[in-house]
Amino acid sequence: MDFSLSMEQEILRNSVRDFAENEIKPVARELDEKEEFSYETMKKMADLGLFGMFVSEKYGGQGMDYVSYIIATEEIARVDGSHAATVAAGNSLGIGPLYYFGSEEQKEKYLPKLCSGEALWGFGLTEPNAGSDAGNSKTTGVLDGDEWVINGSKIFITNASTTITSGVTCLCRTGTRDDGRPELSCILIESGTPGFEAREMHGKMMWRGSNTSELYFDDCRVPKENLLGPRGNGFYQMMQTLDGGRLSIGAMGLGGAQGCFELALKYSKEREQFGKPISHFQVNAFKLADMALEIECARLILYKACWLRDNDKPFSKEAAMAKLNCSEVMYRCANHAVQLHGGYGLMKEYDVERFYRDQKLLDIGEGTSEVQRIVISRLIGAL
Amino acid sequence: MNIIVCLKQVPDTESQIKIGPDGKSIVTDDIKWVMNPYDEFGVEEALRLKEKHGGEVTVVGLGPKRVTESIRTALAMGADKGILVSDEALDGSDSLANAKAIAAAVKDLDYDLIFTGQRGVDDDLGLVGATIAELLGIPQFSIIVKVEVAEDGKSVKVERPIEGEALIIESNLPALITAQKGLNEPRYASLPGIMKAKKKPLEEKTLADLGLDSAEFGEGARKLKILELTPPPERAAGKIVEGETPQEKAAELAKLLHDEAKVL
Ligand SMILES: Cc1cc2nc3c(=O)[nH]c(=O)nc-3n(C[C@H](O)[C@H](O)[C@H](O)COP(=O)(O)OP(=O)(O)OC[C@H]3O[C@@H](n4cnc5c(N)ncnc54)[C@H](O)[C@@H]3O)c2cc1C
Ligand SMILES: Cc1cc2nc3c(=O)[nH]c(=O)nc-3n(C[C@H](O)[C@H](O)[C@H](O)COP(=O)(O)OP(=O)(O)OC[C@H]3O[C@@H](n4cnc5c(N)ncnc54)[C@H](O)[C@@H]3O)c2cc1C
Repeated sequence: MDFSLSMEQEILRNSVRDFAENEIKPVARELDEKEEFSYETMKKMADLGLFGMFVSEKYGGQGMDYVSYIIATEEIARVDGSHAATVAAGNSLGIGPLYYFGSEEQKEKYLPKLCSGEALWGFGLTEPNAGSDAGNSKTTGVLDGDEWVINGSKIFITNASTTITSGVTCLCRTGTRDDGRPELSCILIESGTPGFEAREMHGKMMWRGSNTSELYFDDCRVPKENLLGPRGNGFYQMMQTLDGGRLSIGAMGLGGAQGCFELALKYSKEREQFGKPISHFQVNAFKLADMALEIECARLILYKACWLRDNDKPFSKEAAMAKLNCSEVMYRCANHAVQLHGGYGLMKEYDVERFYRDQKLLDIGEGTSEVQRIVISRLIGAL
Repeated sequence: MNIIVCLKQVPDTESQIKIGPDGKSIVTDDIKWVMNPYDEFGVEEALRLKEKHGGEVTVVGLGPKRVTESIRTALAMGADKGILVSDEALDGSDSLANAKAIAAAVKDLDYDLIFTGQRGVDDDLGLVGATIAELLGIPQFSIIVKVEVAEDGKSVKVERPIEGEALIIESNLPALITAQKGLNEPRYASLPGIMKAKKKPLEEKTLADLGLDSAEFGEGARKLKILELTPPPERAAGKIVEGETPQEKAAELAKLLHDEAKVL
């Protein structure tokens, strides 16, 4: 068994950590406060090479392994959840489906700009009435001559309404299968196509520096060639994408937990009550010990799931486990971190306050914790 | 124009330093090793000069195998080649010995400029840069915050801050410059850069490869001996200056500075 990271992975971690500390940390609180997506930090993240990490150089990617991608996401999340969301969704959900299922033409057309971070791409699965039950999508795609005509709407779509968004992958009902169930296919819709509108959503509790949108399709026509992969494969493609995406949500949980732990440890060693640092009270020291322990375990399962993926072994179960575990570990770490900060932890001036809110998305996005338990239950043969 | 950057690996300034049982060294088990921050300025400046004038940047590191990571980091930032001088006999060497080994590693290379950090943030001695220049017989400029190479690449103009003023010095090349904070903002190793660095050449050399006698290196050959390491004194609690009016407070402060702190 070899637990060591490669030298490239170590250098990557150091570089992304420095970057996050110097370029993201100083602006994260204000962006959260204003509920604003930053094109400035987006550009800096793009210049560092944080988009297209697992895509081959041929399409402008970095050709790194999945573990490297996860480490980079983890390091951004250690400082800010919203920026990690932009990166994770940009790579796993935006770039992923195009890279894994796109035709050569589609890849050449869209990937270079997405990998250079000049453009972003959305992943439209969730609908107002199809969340956990994503297979129940109502948005329709009807072939009319050489064009798909799309009608319906999507909700909560990350990165879909920035000024640099170049399009979305959208799960549509394209017909009825022989067994009577709906035929689901993925269709690519470029931004600016008539009949397609992406509207930014406001009033989020968390990920306030990340872009989230509602998508509306009203007789939106796109060329027949915009079908992604074979017709009827849409649901499978979306689920495949989510398997990988779950690892990046796991990375956000792990990185966030690490960020909470470091802030809590530092504060607890400095804050004095009853004449000594509060970390010297065993009840507090034990909280910190538990956090360190849980983070270590969470890292092991997440990296193992990535390792399975990098080695072409089945990883769906481990991905669900890692996503679920890392999210819940961050939940406990954020809770401890705020508690250790006392009244100050409730104030926006302290970053743990933001981590506490940002954590909640991880229990919900890309399959709720309940859905992860359903996936695991099925894969162990219990359900 | 070809540039050499000398690079040291030092404990991250965030690391907690513990003194070892011998009282003369630090415990290295939990230390995170990073490129000396002053050397990063050197790497960045070399890359900028290369971007402007062309040529190659070679990074030279000295120490155990772990130093490779810092060399690869410099390669990921954009340097072209790396050399690691690594030899067990180097363990415990002082600045003079280290400078000798580095000078031997670079003397036959084709170079116009050499950068070192103005000092290592570990032992804060600041001796290696000047010593290398002396051994190579080239001019050296320490604690430099600005570097301008002439269009023809034959001379350099550098700036050193002195007590609020700037000392401007000109010199022919080759020369050695020790980099100070303020020289530039080092770039991050980008992800594409990290992948490219994998394929860049990195040579490893022992003292024997450099034609050096190992008896001149290591603990036994030290001219500079560490007798004892002690932690800095604990910071005492602050004091609030009492007084009814600003005048009274100022008078009290002056009195304390004179009588207690004895700085006036
Ligand atoms: C900020 C943000 C960004 C997002 N980004 C994207 C994106 O880029 N693309 C995209 O397609 N979607 C995105 N989503 C949507 C997200 O994936 C969904 O919100 C999520 O899948 C849950 O769906 P829902 O909100 O409809 O909740 P529901 O499915 O209505 O769930 C409500 C509750 O019921 C539980 N529940 C539902 N079904 C079951 C069951 N069978 N057994 C047990 N419990 C069950 C759930 O676990 C949950 O607790 C995003 C969401 C947010 C908030
Ligand atoms: C919205 C709000 C309203 C408030 N309203 C009022 C008000 O009206 N009047 C007022 O007087 N105060 C008020 N407070 C202050 C509140 O009572 C304090 O925040 C609280 O008592 C905790 O003190 P602290 O924030 O200094 O945390 P600390 O005392 O620094 O505690 C930090 C952490 O250390 C732990 N800790 C401290 N000592 C020990 C120990 N001996 N053993 C084990 N663990 C320990 C704590 O449990 C906590 O987890 C308010 C606070 C807030 C946030």
